[in-house]
Amino acid sequence: MKELLVEKSYSSVYDKLKRNSLKQANNIRKINWGDFIYEKLTLFFAIIVFLLVVVMGYEMYVNSKLSIDKFGWKFLSEKTWDPVTEIYGALPSIVGTLVSSFLALLIAFPLSIGVAIYLSELAPSWLEKPLSFLVELLAGIPSIVYGLWGIFVLVPWLRTEVQPFLYEHLGFLPFFRGPMYGFSILAASLILSVMVLPIISSISRDIMRSVPSVQKEAALALGATKWEATKIVLANSKTGILGATMLGLGRAIGETMAVTMVIGNRPIISLSLFDPGYTMASIIANEFTEATSELYISALIELALILFIITIVINAAARFLVWSLERKWKKI
Amino acid sequence: MIEQDLISKVVSLEDYSQKKFDTIIKVENLFAYFGELKALDNISLSIPKNSVTAIIGPSGCGKSTFLRCLNKMHQEIGGTTEGKIYYNGIDIENIDPVILRRNIGMVFQKPNPFPTMSIINNVVAGLKYNGVRDKKLLNEIAEICLKKVGLWEEVKDNLNRSGASLSGGQQQRLCIARTLTVNPEVILMDEPTSALDPIATTKIEDLIYELKKDYTIIIVTHNMQQAARVSDYTAFFYMGRLIEFSDTKKIFTNPSNKQTEEYISGRFG
Repeated sequence: MKELLVEKSYSSVYDKLKRNSLKQANNIRKINWGDFIYEKLTLFFAIIVFLLVVVMGYEMYVNSKLSIDKFGWKFLSEKTWDPVTEIYGALPSIVGTLVSSFLALLIAFPLSIGVAIYLSELAPSWLEKPLSFLVELLAGIPSIVYGLWGIFVLVPWLRTEVQPFLYEHLGFLPFFRGPMYGFSILAASLILSVMVLPIISSISRDIMRSVPSVQKEAALALGATKWEATKIVLANSKTGILGATMLGLGRAIGETMAVTMVIGNRPIISLSLFDPGYTMASIIANEFTEATSELYISALIELALILFIITIVINAAARFLVWSLERKWKKI
Repeated sequence: MIEQDLISKVVSLEDYSQKKFDTIIKVENLFAYFGELKALDNISLSIPKNSVTAIIGPSGCGKSTFLRCLNKMHQEIGGTTEGKIYYNGIDIENIDPVILRRNIGMVFQKPNPFPTMSIINNVVAGLKYNGVRDKKLLNEIAEICLKKVGLWEEVKDNLNRSGASLSGGQQQRLCIARTLTVNPEVILMDEPTSALDPIATTKIEDLIYELKKDYTIIIVTHNMQQAARVSDYTAFFYMGRLIEFSDTKKIFTNPSNKQTEEYISGRFG
């Protein structure tokens, strides 16, 4: 009896629904406005992102026209950056940016993978959570704080301990020669490596953790050691780790404040990591307030444009690399 | 015979397994936990050698946990155990998990070939973990094991393709071949056919029947017909407890426990 009642009360609801749907069926040729607006609105937001990139690129191009016209392609190969004689060349800062970033990656990558392996594979759960939190905290520290730490701790330490040590033992290499100021490409690379470490390690950890546990168990069940099982996990997360590394590289290339504070800010190209250098981001940050002439401003904006393009190219290349490796590894 | 010799040459079993026991695995008062949760409650049973033992029971009754205790995989995912498990008379607490798992292989519910490796590398992965580097030997053993599981004819021209490119049934046979290469004495199978279609299932079941001659097999299954078809002995688990363990024939025709009878006649579970 009770069931019947329920059925009855439901049936009135069903009737209503049926009538509604019939109404809609009559309107079937008409546009569903809700969905239409929803779709167009989200499309609009998506386009805004794209437009922003295009407009930024265009603005930079227009505003650097003066410098582009004056120096042409020579801007990229000119080694002098001299506001007094108004000769501007981007080569030292391009080299400085790339060298400090890649060196940072070279230092940070093995450390990050080590951290990621420990956190995802080996750490007991009571330790894993606080450690992960600390690693992620590193990513949240403002770069000015890193910069200050660099000036007051890292640079003096480099000057008094590390550089003399490197000079003594590896001085036969061209990379570890010259006066030891502390402020150097080496200092910038070290500080950058600390800054990209949390990015690479936390993303890699998440990727390794997302590898199905049956993969690891399959290896263990065959009598693999912990390290051999971890290698299986690593093999499964290759592309993801590569992507994480590229994100880290992007961060290193664009990083401004901390690098500006420790790199020494001299537009020279030198093999030695002890020598100061300059990055594109640092030049812009340092000199924009002093730029008085039209050409000076224009040259700085052209630097920004180059940085912009390099970032885009590296990101695109990384995306392409990940994509093609993914296809290749799938095909094996 | 020659095949067997070849494999034994590669992985010489530890001294203790040379002694002959009729009972290969003996479990005494085993309790297993996931944190606070008790998954196994005082299990005691002996697994006879060179036979197929099926473990049946409703979902969540502890079948898989039991299986994973036998090769210490339960501890690997953070579980704990109490009680004793003897393998060939030796307490497995005293056996290094790496050595133990070389002697007690495992096949999983979902076929899990290593997707980043080719078919041939999948098969010989276990041998490589055991330190075999000789390319010729690796290939020979791979061929023998692939033939044993009846996969050789199907893959011999595509040995360098990805293991993930095979069909589900082929992948599962690949995984069994991979387990065989290290020449274990015992093979644990955790619902090996639950992800497969009927034809692939039949192939695996035939294979289990073949393998019985050389290996001791313990198979967890949801499918009671499968248990009846392939096994010599059947254990019925319910709520983490072992309800009945005896000849498969007896369990399916004349079970001594009422719960067993109700389960196999489909009245619950």
